[in-house]
Amino acid sequence: MAKYLLLKHYRGGPTPHVDFGTMDQWTPAEVDAHIQYMRDFAARLEGTGEFVDGQALSPEGTFVRYDGEGRPPVTDGPFAETKDLIAGWMVIDVESYDRALELAGELSAAPGPGGRPIYEWLELRPFLTAAPTVTE
Amino acid sequence: MNETLLRELIPAVTGVLVRRGVDFATAEDAVQEALIRALDTWPQDPPADPKGWLVTAAWRKFLDELRSDTARQAREARVAAEPAPGPADTDDTLQLYFRCAHPSLSPASAVALTLRAVGGLTTRQIARAYLVPEATMAQRISRAKRTVSGVRLDAPGDLATVLRVLYLVFNEGYTGELDLAQEAIRLMRQLTALADDPEAAGLLALMLLHHARRPARTTAGGALVPLAEQDRSRWDTALIAEGVRILQAALARDRLGEYQAQAAIAALHADAPAAAETDWVQIVEWYDELVRLTGSPVVLLNRAVAVGEADGARAGLAALAEVPPAVPRRAAVEAYLRERDGDLGTAARLCAEAARAATTLAERDHLTRQAARLNAALRP
Repeated sequence: MAKYLLLKHYRGGPTPHVDFGTMDQWTPAEVDAHIQYMRDFAARLEGTGEFVDGQALSPEGTFVRYDGEGRPPVTDGPFAETKDLIAGWMVIDVESYDRALELAGELSAAPGPGGRPIYEWLELRPFLTAAPTVTE
Repeated sequence: MNETLLRELIPAVTGVLVRRGVDFATAEDAVQEALIRALDTWPQDPPADPKGWLVTAAWRKFLDELRSDTARQAREARVAAEPAPGPADTDDTLQLYFRCAHPSLSPASAVALTLRAVGGLTTRQIARAYLVPEATMAQRISRAKRTVSGVRLDAPGDLATVLRVLYLVFNEGYTGELDLAQEAIRLMRQLTALADDPEAAGLLALMLLHHARRPARTTAGGALVPLAEQDRSRWDTALIAEGVRILQAALARDRLGEYQAQAAIAALHADAPAAAETDWVQIVEWYDELVRLTGSPVVLLNRAVAVGEADGARAGLAALAEVPPAVPRRAAVEAYLRERDGDLGTAARLCAEAARAATTLAERDHLTRQAARLNAALRP
């Protein structure tokens, strides 16, 4: 089994395949349908023994860095409009890369305006694993 | 009674229920409930007859389930009419290995089911070892059980798939409170006592020989230590002696297989008092056998390393030319051989490339350090 991170972006990534606008422009029913699709997807993966974790992130955020001994950390933000912005993630534990692709494809088909798939770009990243025992 | 001894009883208890006519999936569930109760109550109140206690607890659990589900009344009648106990415990346990590693299961499902039904681990322990939520692991196991529950095991099972599953468990190593390598060794010891087979013995030997090196494999900080740099005084000589003895007995039967060949390579490493005294010529010969047995490109890659040690870096690079470009860790091997051939620039570039492509954290860190070391050496 291998763990993968599915990253959802508010911004960034390749040019959207269809322009589905921001969710605040959708009807409440369309928003509900979209969220329900995500929930159902996660529940289904729990049923297949492939779900590990899922979280959503607020678009609000700040860059923080160390600024020297005895000084408070420096902050920079809110994020610039051009920044790649992560909206949330799901972690899956699957048998193969192909299975990870298949699931990412399904999640990307979540419904948007008019109940049509939004063709959302999702970022798929493999986890680094622990070292195997047998190496030579 | 310690937890390991308790776990050793689990397959036999499941076997008793199955012989009483309970289907495998239901029996296994009832035994898991009994196991969890035992873990909870035995420390304060140890039973005089542990196995009898487990059978009684599991049987009661099964009857409770049956009574609570009126739709199962028909089955109760069927169970009551079931014939007397059949084969002995050892056959039951061997059948359980075959069932849990049935070829209809995916490797991960077979691993989870084997650890629970044969290994006697709880779902929570298995979930923690594989870093997934308990609910996810519970579903993985229950799906696996549904898949194999109806399977009839009239013919002897497929030992090769059982060995593959235990090899995977061993290779997962040590990921937390549960020592999967140790657990794989325990299950392999039990299996070799039940099934007389040179490849099973070969795999047990392979596990023991690798496990013997574990104290020297990582630094206190968790960084990987390559074989050549390991402190060999920290290898477990008793495990090595046992592994070599088991391997020799297996090889004497003249039915070579990949696990015996891999164990032979591990034994040759174990036999060298210092890395420089390794018998690389013999190791190359064993890799030739492995190539013949498996045709695996990963074996070809490891063979190129051995050729490099036996006949020099140029010969190693020539052997590497036969390895397909897409094989994982190929760049790392080429970097090593290039450095030995004196081409530090290419080695540094390949190390950095290999670090970016590494799939394990320890390997990435190791390769990054190697690249940094080479780049520092290149600076005027």
